[in-house]
Amino acid sequence: MSVKIKDMPDIDYVLPGSAACAGCPSAIALRIVGKALGENAIMVMTPSCAVASIGLLPKSCYSIPVLNICFASAGASGGGLTLALDALYEKGRLQGEKPTVFTWIGDGGTYDIGLQGISAAAERNDDFIHFCYNNEAYSNTGVQRSGATPLHAVTTTTPLGKEVARKNVPLLMLEHRIPYMATASLAYPLDLYRKVEKAKSVKGFKYIEILSPCSPGWKFAASDTVELSKRAVKSGSWLLWEAEYGKLTLNNPTRLLAEGKTQPIPVEEYLKDQGRYARLLKHPQKEEYLAAIEAEIRRELTFMADRAKL
Amino acid sequence: MKRILDTGNAACALAVKAAKVDMVAAYPITPQTSVAEKLAAYIAEGEMDAKYLPVESEHSVMSAVSAAAAAGARTFTATSSQGLLYMHEILHYAAGGRLSLVMANVNRAICAPWCLYVDHQDAVSQRDTGWIQLFAATTQEIYDSVILAYKVTEEINIPVMVNYDGFLLSHSMMPFEIVDQEIIDGFLPPFSPAWRLHPQWGGTFGNVTPSDQYPPYRNSLAADIVKAGEIIEKNAREYQRLTGHWHGGLFDIYRPEGAEVFLLSMGSMAAEMELAVDILREEGVPAAGLRLRVFRPFPARELCRILPGGARLLVFDRNHAFGTGSGALLSEAKAALFDRKDVIKVTGQVMGLGGEDLPAAYLVQKAREMMGVLK
Ligand SMILES: Cc1ncc(C[n+]2csc(CCOP(=O)(O)OP(=O)(O)O)c2C)c(N)n1
Ligand SMILES: [Mg+2]
Repeated sequence: MSVKIKDMPDIDYVLPGSAACAGCPSAIALRIVGKALGENAIMVMTPSCAVASIGLLPKSCYSIPVLNICFASAGASGGGLTLALDALYEKGRLQGEKPTVFTWIGDGGTYDIGLQGISAAAERNDDFIHFCYNNEAYSNTGVQRSGATPLHAVTTTTPLGKEVARKNVPLLMLEHRIPYMATASLAYPLDLYRKVEKAKSVKGFKYIEILSPCSPGWKFAASDTVELSKRAVKSGSWLLWEAEYGKLTLNNPTRLLAEGKTQPIPVEEYLKDQGRYARLLKHPQKEEYLAAIEAEIRRELTFMADRAKL
Repeated sequence: MKRILDTGNAACALAVKAAKVDMVAAYPITPQTSVAEKLAAYIAEGEMDAKYLPVESEHSVMSAVSAAAAAGARTFTATSSQGLLYMHEILHYAAGGRLSLVMANVNRAICAPWCLYVDHQDAVSQRDTGWIQLFAATTQEIYDSVILAYKVTEEINIPVMVNYDGFLLSHSMMPFEIVDQEIIDGFLPPFSPAWRLHPQWGGTFGNVTPSDQYPPYRNSLAADIVKAGEIIEKNAREYQRLTGHWHGGLFDIYRPEGAEVFLLSMGSMAAEMELAVDILREEGVPAAGLRLRVFRPFPARELCRILPGGARLLVFDRNHAFGTGSGALLSEAKAALFDRKDVIKVTGQVMGLGGEDLPAAYLVQKAREMMGVLK
């Protein structure tokens, strides 16, 4: 069951020369995802940094076919594509093994403009994997707030820090009771790889969300993408779990945190190197705010631990 | 061939079945609903070997069929009014992406205010999306146009919208003839595009394109949609040879002999216009009916060819081209005739919005008013 780095195939969807920023979490994640999915795959993308990274026509940094469709289209285009392939294979007009269809979509395309279509695809149980690389903002258009932007984070449209909390789309998806879903982190590549392999083996709708620290968006050093990913998990700010038809399993290190067997690192450890929290960390009520964030983390860990018992 | 009595929506669904589409995606809206319902039933009952995707909006409909068409599937959808407007972004995508798609648009007024009945504002509002737009005037023509639309879209890689009037055509029973399946199969072989969105073909679709490479894509669409007129006519002739069915080329002309006054319109009102022409002829007016079958590409050259020097053109628009003071057909016709050296007098009126009744006597009265303006 457990995968080792050396077991991962050489295949890489992200070719050298990608236009992504240094340290881009989407590129790192896609490399791991590609290794798990293999070459017989089709990717659907909506406007985002992952699309901007492709480079300009006629070049492409992705080595598999990509449909670059419109912003709200992920769920329906993923669903239409996979169902069309089913029809064509069943009628014998395409031969061989049906490719894996997956969408590679930001938090803007998942939490906000595309949520309706993705929810519908989940409800219909369309046979594809929806990936959300969640960088907690509209990075491509210059880091505006999204529904995934956390409380207090400064973006170009929340210059004083976001006044409301992010929404919890993974929980929404959990209650769609889809065949398989998972959250993942770049700091735990073997866990991500395993989850993608699992998703590939299951028929129906799969959802995988990867927390994607964005160096220019969150304002941290480009070398620290993986380090921040790790601190997000260790502080309980990002939880690792998976679920089959709504049956939830917490994954380590989140499970140990939820069971109280290990303690989360102080959330300040996670926030302090992110420029988007500079205002919060200089605020006179900083301690109060941090305590509230940690209380919220504890609430969520307790909630998930109890939810996992259902 | 079998003659049956049924509605326009039934004729549409039967044609989609005969075209052996691979996938249908649709979202309900009056008066389109029974097309989607019939297709869902055909598929569920195994009468049709296709997949049905019950999406949650029209934006999603167009996103789904576009992706399916990129993979090389023959798809179908139908909508009306607000549904068509809701697709707008993806209508552009589909045409820009040169995807072969067929959609029925059951024409209905758009809001505000809400109205369930026919006019052509929905289709006219999508004029510049790069879609071919056909307009049918009878149940038989709906059936035949859907089949023709597949032939055309798969030959020229431009999506085709088949328009027909809500309720007046969608829900009225009229006799029509169903074409034998072998004949349709011969006319319309399985869709096999040169490229598919698939690892066996490779390549990517719709990438970000620099300024020096972007214009050729858009300009070739602009050039090719103009050529679509010939392709529509050629295939309509071929279809006529196989089935005997003929509804006209780009225009369907009624009583052209010795005509000097031409009454231009589209959709079901053009059928009523034939009665108006008869009345005018009886009164000694040398009138003819010009029913536009292809709104996009607008058959400008054909219009010039049809109208003799000194002709008067009366345009009956069931839509507004806001800001021009008239409807889209009048603007289009005037632009088409601008280069004529001889004098052709043109005028027009907007009428029949939101299903306003247009009986022949009323059309005659409007024609007289327009002839008065041109004096
Ligand atoms: C309908 C529509 N509205 C707005 C845009 C502009 N736009 C392009 S990318 C983007 C943000 C994408 O955010 P996200 O999905 O989170 O991806 P990221 O850029 O963060 O990678 C926006 C708003 C668009 N392309 N289409
Ligand atoms: Mg984002």
